[in-house]
Amino acid sequence: MITLNINGKNHEIDADPSMPLLWALRDIIGYTGTKYGCGKGLCGSCMVLMDGNAVNSCLMPISAMQGRALITIEGETENLQKLQQTWTDLNVPQCGFCQPGQLISATALLNKNPKPSEEDIDNAMARNICRCGTYQRIKKAIQNTAEIKIKQ
Amino acid sequence: MAPIKNISRRHFLKNMGLASGGLILATSLSSFSHLTEDHLKKETFNPNLFIELLPDGRLILVASRSEMGQGIRTSLTSVIADEMEADWSRVTVKQATGNAIYGDQNTDGSKSVRNLYQSMREMGATAKAMLISAASKTWKVPETECVAENHFVIHTSGKKIGYGDLVSTAITLDIPDNVKLKSSKDFKYIGKELPSIDIHDIISGKAIFGLDKRVPNLKFAAIKRCPVTFGTVKSFDKTDVLKIPGVIDVIEVPRIIKPFGALGGVAVIATSTWAAFKGKEALKIDWDYGANAEYTTNTFITELTETVQKPGKVNKSKGNIDQAFTKGDKLIEHTYQLPHLVHTPMEVPNAISWVKDGTCEVWAPLQTPQAARKEVADYLGINQEKVTVNVTLLGGGFGRKSKPDYVVEATILSKEIQGPVQVVWTREDDIQHSYYHTTSAQYLKASLDNSGRVTGWLHRLALPTIKSTFQPGANYPLGGEIGSALNVPYDIPNMQFETGKADAHLRIGWLRSVVNIPNAFCINVFSDELAYEAGIDPLEFRLQLIGSDRIEKTKEKFKYDTAKLKHVLKKAAKNAGYGNSLPEGHAIGLAVHYSFFSYVAAAIEVSIVDNKVKIHNVNMVIDCGVVVNKNSVRAQMEGAVIFGLSLAYYGNISTTNGQVEQNNFNDYKIIRMPEAPKTHVEIIESESAPTGVGEPGVPVIAPALVNAIFKATGQRYRSLPLSKHGIV
Ligand code: FES
Ligand code: FES
Repeated sequence: MITLNINGKNHEIDADPSMPLLWALRDIIGYTGTKYGCGKGLCGSCMVLMDGNAVNSCLMPISAMQGRALITIEGETENLQKLQQTWTDLNVPQCGFCQPGQLISATALLNKNPKPSEEDIDNAMARNICRCGTYQRIKKAIQNTAEIKIKQ
Repeated sequence: MAPIKNISRRHFLKNMGLASGGLILATSLSSFSHLTEDHLKKETFNPNLFIELLPDGRLILVASRSEMGQGIRTSLTSVIADEMEADWSRVTVKQATGNAIYGDQNTDGSKSVRNLYQSMREMGATAKAMLISAASKTWKVPETECVAENHFVIHTSGKKIGYGDLVSTAITLDIPDNVKLKSSKDFKYIGKELPSIDIHDIISGKAIFGLDKRVPNLKFAAIKRCPVTFGTVKSFDKTDVLKIPGVIDVIEVPRIIKPFGALGGVAVIATSTWAAFKGKEALKIDWDYGANAEYTTNTFITELTETVQKPGKVNKSKGNIDQAFTKGDKLIEHTYQLPHLVHTPMEVPNAISWVKDGTCEVWAPLQTPQAARKEVADYLGINQEKVTVNVTLLGGGFGRKSKPDYVVEATILSKEIQGPVQVVWTREDDIQHSYYHTTSAQYLKASLDNSGRVTGWLHRLALPTIKSTFQPGANYPLGGEIGSALNVPYDIPNMQFETGKADAHLRIGWLRSVVNIPNAFCINVFSDELAYEAGIDPLEFRLQLIGSDRIEKTKEKFKYDTAKLKHVLKKAAKNAGYGNSLPEGHAIGLAVHYSFFSYVAAAIEVSIVDNKVKIHNVNMVIDCGVVVNKNSVRAQMEGAVIFGLSLAYYGNISTTNGQVEQNNFNDYKIIRMPEAPKTHVEIIESESAPTGVGEPGVPVIAPALVNAIFKATGQRYRSLPLSKHGIV
């Protein structure tokens, strides 16, 4: 049995310890908001927050995830919720498939760097592919969220 | 789609063998066969298949086309809601299953809004007319004293009644003929920036794409397919595979020789996707590579290039091209080469199929649910009525999900294991076993007179055709594959278009914008080259080439208007500041193309930094007739820039000995945020019927970029991707 703390709740799962977190989330626990896009750490669709940092869950065996605070797109954290609001205001998604991963990467960025420069945003978001090409709106949404936060 | 037709309730109820209090009417293409007893008992107002109004005022609108990011679930339903004077916040959208009663459901060719706009308006207007009539009956006042507004009918006296409260009366009424449509100035949703109806689900991870669908007792499958297209299994060893925890079974998948049939291979069935993937990697298979094992793209493109240097089959000829070339003061000829591409929608192909008791239910991301239904019924040898195809959200389609081969695979396996199974393609599978965008060589030759006017234009192309997927052995392009080159709207006295022979060795299929990508590339780049040869500014030269304002003679319902083509080009140039002084080292390249009946131009500003191209901004202008949803048109243009740049920079599927060499996003690269330029989109205001939006933005990007690089560096790139030239 492996215990995973996801979105503030403990889940006991009986699975191959080498199974990547992505598949435990999707196929065993039922959090399908975290997506498979490449399985090789190349696209960012599978991003989750691990102790506040964005990691590719397709590369993380569940055995290494015990004792970590994991947050998925279904979870709630301050920056994620703010970003979700801006994402809605700016109509960011097209097909939407990459967006959970984009939102998680953006959340991790704002967790560390509340007022990122354009270059900071480019660097942080370079791990996420959007095949529909929503980058311009993602960048704007991150900038708007950061500003809102500063004004408050 | 056919007009809305009144079908008597008695006739319908007799057919259904049901008694119900509700009056149900439909468009003439419907048969009601999808309506269940439950549905009828609900006492809802269903003036047609697409509208269901509940007594509590909730309005359910049906989307018959698939959502893949182009906003169709929002656009089409908002058209109904607008004409119906419904309150958008009370609307939910229900996705239609694959069924011919909804008419054509293929979501491709940028045609959903184009083909359905009028019918959707009529449906909404009909429902509104009936609600007004119901209110007039309730109040016993003339209909002319009632108006509909935001989910209410309002009387001149000021009293009002909600739509939900009118349901019980509306269901007793006949469908009116000839309802009046709104004037475009009164549109509330059409032409506005409505957000996607699914946005909340998407950003919270609740949206259900094909990959996210779960049913009880679901098993997962991964399939190892032959590295060479149409190769077959000789033998395989599953010993190691069965030792992997979670693996349940290993099953050989036969090849189904049909355009959308399964490629065949060996499947691993498991309790998780991960175990299925691991099992697949551990499979040892001995393949018979078959007839395509010689296909090496490097050699092939050389052969295609030789083919287009020689006279081909003449598809169209005007004036006398030979004479023009003999008399010309200057002759220019160039050959362009473009590689195979693959779609890589962010969500890989996947499908759940559940075969049980002579029926089958499917859940999958599909652009063509009716084709999937037919394939499944054919494979199982059952009637299509026994097959239900549920369309999930699509995590991108780009043409890949028009080909339901993955649904056939899932059905083969479900039948075998007698339970529900989800087939999941790995990204490597997606890149290595697709229906590829074709590769091509194109030869263009032109003569100029001493004033710089083009007197002759010859275009000769060779490409493996999409037709080969449907008719094995076909080796000349289809009409649709040459149309955009054949009908180039240039005012040149002598023109000829020819095609050369090319055999296909991969499955060839549609990819967003299809053959407009290579055609627009070489036409736009060659035109730019001619401008420099003529010593005329490329914008001015191009406007001259297009010539006078006129409507081109085509058989299509939508007419090709050269004034609109010139207009978008001039606008894009103006918005980009073309002709103004630019920062040192900056240059703007232009391209314009007509496809899917829309006119699009791009102006791209670049400079060269450390021997690499840097894009400063992209200006897009589109004329696509009446705009239903400005937000999605803008989004599609922004997305087209990224799609076009991805193919221009990196897009390349190559093969050696029949095997695709690319694997994943490391070697089939997609533009990422640091490379994504600022994009400005202008949408031309228009009263003309709506035309395509999803595809026409892509073709102009690569040529505008290549033209900009030439202006900045004097270096002309006649083949893609640019990564092989070291400039990106
Ligand atoms: S699925 Fe993990 S990075 Fe692509
Ligand atoms: S929105 Fe479709 S992949 Fe990003």
